[in-house]
Amino acid sequence: MRRLPLLALLCLPFAAAAADPAEIPLTIRNHRFEPAEVRIPAGQKVRLVVHNQDGTPEEFESHELNREKVIPGGAKASIFIGPLQAGKYPFFGEFNEATARGVVIAE
Amino acid sequence: MLGAAIIVFRESLEAALLIGIIAAAARTLPGRNRWLSAGVAAGVMGALIVAALAGRIADMADGMGQEMLNACILGLAVSMLAWHNIWMARHAREMVAGARAIVRDVADGRRELSAIMVLVAMAVLREGSETALFLYSLASEGESAGQVLAGGALGLAAGAGVGFAMYAGLLRVPVRRFFGVTAALVLLLAAGMAGQMARFLIQGDILPPLANPLWDTSAWLSANSPAGTLLHVLAGYDPRPSAMQALFYLGTVAAIALGMFLARAPARSATPA
Repeated sequence: MRRLPLLALLCLPFAAAAADPAEIPLTIRNHRFEPAEVRIPAGQKVRLVVHNQDGTPEEFESHELNREKVIPGGAKASIFIGPLQAGKYPFFGEFNEATARGVVIAE
Repeated sequence: MLGAAIIVFRESLEAALLIGIIAAAARTLPGRNRWLSAGVAAGVMGALIVAALAGRIADMADGMGQEMLNACILGLAVSMLAWHNIWMARHAREMVAGARAIVRDVADGRRELSAIMVLVAMAVLREGSETALFLYSLASEGESAGQVLAGGALGLAAGAGVGFAMYAGLLRVPVRRFFGVTAALVLLLAAGMAGQMARFLIQGDILPPLANPLWDTSAWLSANSPAGTLLHVLAGYDPRPSAMQALFYLGTVAAIALGMFLARAPARSATPA
């Protein structure tokens, strides 16, 4: 039980503090993303804060954004994205692909 | 049930291919199967523990625990692959030469085999923890446990089948070329994993992406297509890599290739060993 946190801690020194990017909230409810459309400024790094309000885990995944992250049921997770060129970047929940779909629009 | 089968297949594919390639690359080492199965068993245990602790791991390191853990697991796997390739570069010649050389190398080989166990365990751990979480979520969604397990078993069998096909295919490569072919595959696997490691460190805001993306071939060969998936698993293909990923990829190729070259050189001068 104690070893896993230790493993993560070993990597901690790399986590240097940087300027805080804008936070964009996103909610998962009933296996859907709310909002399904997220608008962010192009050319800027932002922090998606995803709150999974379902009781089951979900995996935020996007080939276009090059991101994947498991978010346990009831948990909040941060995903850094960008800086992005203007455009549309679809994402989906891998564990509920039929309903959990959304898109990041950089403009 | 089909959903469970497909996800488990996709998750197990990467680990199965890796095990297939490693099993082939280590085919001359005595006791290989015991170490391989020990690695799989340790990986499954670790995956269940990670899945059970998922919530707590996600909260660690300011919400970046998962990226850290993934990056560490990948980093460890890459270094074990590097070790394997460099060790094999030194010993492949003697092994091809005949069984007597193998007997002499047993003591050395055991050390190499424990590296293989760690490597296999890391691959199974990473893919397995996601699978366990997903199956758990399906089961708690009301799909019957029997259905979920049947689907999972189907997907796992399909993944293992592909891994075995890889193994069987590699065994057909003539002995003279065999070590070269498996070494090249292991090299590409390691580089692909290093690229993924960079991606997690970027996702966790620990490293900058530098140019992002460096290029975009997604219209040409999408990551979702069967060919794109296979290339991703085998060689770390990414249609939109960042410059940092490319640096990790090329750096790993260069470092392992250099290590193999250096390991081979003294073996030549000390032929009677």
